[in-house]
Amino acid sequence: MFAAHLGRPELTSEEGMMMQMFKSVLSVLMMLLVLGCSSKGGVNEEGEGGDEAAANREGGRGAKTGQYGYGRGRSGMGGAAGPGSPASQRVIYFEYDRDDVLPEYQSVVTGNAEYLSSHPEATAVLQGHADERGSSEYNIALGERRAMSVARSMRLQGVADRQLQIVSYGEEKPATSGHDESTWQRNRRVEITYPGR
Amino acid sequence: MKIRPLLRLCWFLGGLFLLGLSSVSAELMVDITQGGDGAMPIAVLPFSASGVSSGSLSQVIASDLEGSGKFTVMPASRFPEHPLMPTPPDFPLWQQQGQEHVVIGRVLQGSRGDTLQAEFVLYDVIQGREVLSERVPFKVNEIRHVGHRIADLIYKALTGERGVFNTRVAYVSASGYGDDREYRLLVADSDGEDPRVVMTSPEPIMSPTWSPDGKKMAYVSFEDHAAAIFVQNLGSGERQKVSSHSGINGAPSWSPDGSQLAMTLSKDGSPDIYILQVISGSLRRVTQDDSIETEANWSPDGHSLVLTSDRGGKPQLYLVSAQGGEPRRLTYEGSYNARGVFSPDGRKIAMVHGGDGGYRIGLMDAEGGDIKLLTAGRLDESPAFSPNGQFILYSRKDGGHDQLAMVSIDGKVKQNLKIKGGDVRGASWSP
Repeated sequence: MFAAHLGRPELTSEEGMMMQMFKSVLSVLMMLLVLGCSSKGGVNEEGEGGDEAAANREGGRGAKTGQYGYGRGRSGMGGAAGPGSPASQRVIYFEYDRDDVLPEYQSVVTGNAEYLSSHPEATAVLQGHADERGSSEYNIALGERRAMSVARSMRLQGVADRQLQIVSYGEEKPATSGHDESTWQRNRRVEITYPGR
Repeated sequence: MKIRPLLRLCWFLGGLFLLGLSSVSAELMVDITQGGDGAMPIAVLPFSASGVSSGSLSQVIASDLEGSGKFTVMPASRFPEHPLMPTPPDFPLWQQQGQEHVVIGRVLQGSRGDTLQAEFVLYDVIQGREVLSERVPFKVNEIRHVGHRIADLIYKALTGERGVFNTRVAYVSASGYGDDREYRLLVADSDGEDPRVVMTSPEPIMSPTWSPDGKKMAYVSFEDHAAAIFVQNLGSGERQKVSSHSGINGAPSWSPDGSQLAMTLSKDGSPDIYILQVISGSLRRVTQDDSIETEANWSPDGHSLVLTSDRGGKPQLYLVSAQGGEPRRLTYEGSYNARGVFSPDGRKIAMVHGGDGGYRIGLMDAEGGDIKLLTAGRLDESPAFSPNGQFILYSRKDGGHDQLAMVSIDGKVKQNLKIKGGDVRGASWSP
């Protein structure tokens, strides 16, 4: 039987650095998310419905605090902002089975949109993701819907269509492992990446 | 010419060695969580070879029969006697032990140097007669397969249904995290033994599905950092990228004649169902809606497709003609029904049913109606029927990892397949 091996592209040192920064911000976010959720009583296993939506919002606020409290804001960066700067915030989180960008993540979209519209030669990949619940191919569709929602918002802010590529990974590339609501929440996301930077 | 008998002896001894060795390489453990009612008692005696009994072949057979939930296999430690073929069992003796059937067999040299022959008789000890007597030739390296084939013959003789022990399953295993994550597409025997790697990639592999002739596999690979559907010949390894439009290329499903692939593409906006003629490459759109349409699965008669759509707000199953037209809603129970798959006879549809407390495997009539839950997990998904329609393979969470499991269609027999190496998902059963 045949076995195909595919190479893994090397990370550039800049990407490596970005990854480090991203990871440190994310770890703070995660701590706050966990705190936010535990105050609500922890894991919510309900498939759908009002209770869960409320729990998500609670978590969302935790994340918001994290971002704004520790955020590498866009203040004063102006035109000098590269993917290094708006993009320490490159992840947008979503509620269960939803694709609308919550107000607390609008600044992440705007930061990246401003960078792209002021750098028409730059391109971004919007990676859509879903949590692990339910069917994997349906989750591919949900992930794409989230990425398209971000793309739509960016286009409204002047980003050209050709600057954006959308890939949905569904539940196949979780940001973090685990099987509870706080994990699922960190996995329902769109990641904005800048290939070749 | 003198060397020939020696060579044959070598093959024969090698075969005996393998009989003993095959259980050592096991990578998977079948763990029967729940047995069926009314399982038939049966004893499988060790197969003899040149008067010496060898247990491994009979262990494969016994493990297959036990795992089906339709048999209770007598432990070897309780055997009241050890007759060697061609001696029949002492019928009253086995009857007293509560047995109904006894299998006695042996392994002989085959007609050619590299072949062996397994010979066995299945006895009905209550009526005191032979039910079945067969000879199965095999090559030395096929020892496990010959065990599965004999188990299939016994299963068919006693249940009237086709056995599926000598079939295979394909699945995706993912291990490692972050940049170290590796995805592997594997094919193994239906008991999980003898896993072979079809391909590996640092990017996700999804939704493997066997062609109806069992020679090819269609699957989704993200190796180019975007979704694409590939068709790979399992014999030659040759593979072809058959779909790489922008956006989603997903959920491939073979038409029953193997000439077409139904798939999900989002190139025209939202995910919709399309049908690709595999040879000509011509593409035809089946659904057209702004909502999500995905996970098409062909009915065995080739006339229609069951699919998942959220056009009503939540994911539900719909039926659409393969020619197109308006999809008809099939499920109304619960707020989440997805990944519908037809049973081989076309009379049932299994699906992922989400509701209070979790996502389970459900079963209903192909026309719709009540959904019967077969599993009780929190995160069960990816149902796939066995070729005889008696079992459903699915993935579930086990100690934080995805693992494969099987459930009988009456929900009474459950088996966990413990495969080493991270998360194991997206299984498909060979024809």
